[in-house]
Amino acid sequence: MNVLLFGITRDITGQSRLTVPADAGINTVAGLKDWLGVHYPGFKQLKSLAIAVDNEYANDEDAIGPAQEIALIPPVSGG
Amino acid sequence: MLIRLVEHIDLNEAFAYLNSPMAGAVNFFIGTVRNQTKGKEVLHLDFEAYDAMALTQMEKLANIAMHRWPLVGVAVIHAIGAKRPGTPVVLIGVSSAHREASFEACRFLIDELKKSVPIWKKEYFEDNSVWVNAHP
Repeated sequence: MNVLLFGITRDITGQSRLTVPADAGINTVAGLKDWLGVHYPGFKQLKSLAIAVDNEYANDEDAIGPAQEIALIPPVSGG
Repeated sequence: MLIRLVEHIDLNEAFAYLNSPMAGAVNFFIGTVRNQTKGKEVLHLDFEAYDAMALTQMEKLANIAMHRWPLVGVAVIHAIGAKRPGTPVVLIGVSSAHREASFEACRFLIDELKKSVPIWKKEYFEDNSVWVNAHP
């Protein structure tokens, strides 16, 4: 599963795009957040971390899979 | 609706879009780069957007405003890239028959944009740089 990264999430991972291995068995937003926290403790320091699925904010219980566009949304600061 | 991510904000283009014989009021909010944060000099800001989602969310907010107030037109434009102090980086423009609706919708749109549209700014100082708002 590919995950798009923006802003500080690129600094935390040291990558411009994240690939979550299929054998991690992630199929929900909450599962992805847990996996991220284990592999990149820097995420726990953030004020918030949202997940977007196909350009919309997703809820923890939402299902995710490789067919969707998934992105990490750290605290926004536009304007 | 005029919904855009741009390199440079063109105020005249936005006004030309919003101005209409049906509108007695055109209201603008323009956010610019401040030259300091907590007393520290800001050299420049760097804006980054998740383009597709930012445009989707900006359009969604503009639609909510169009339904909530009797508006003639709405423009939501955000700049991306490196910007120096004094540069306009966000423009909200609203036209309506009477001024109350455009004042209120303009305020709603900038407040909501700052809460939910996926755009990020990094502040560059003399000695370091920080992603704004990232940490508690």
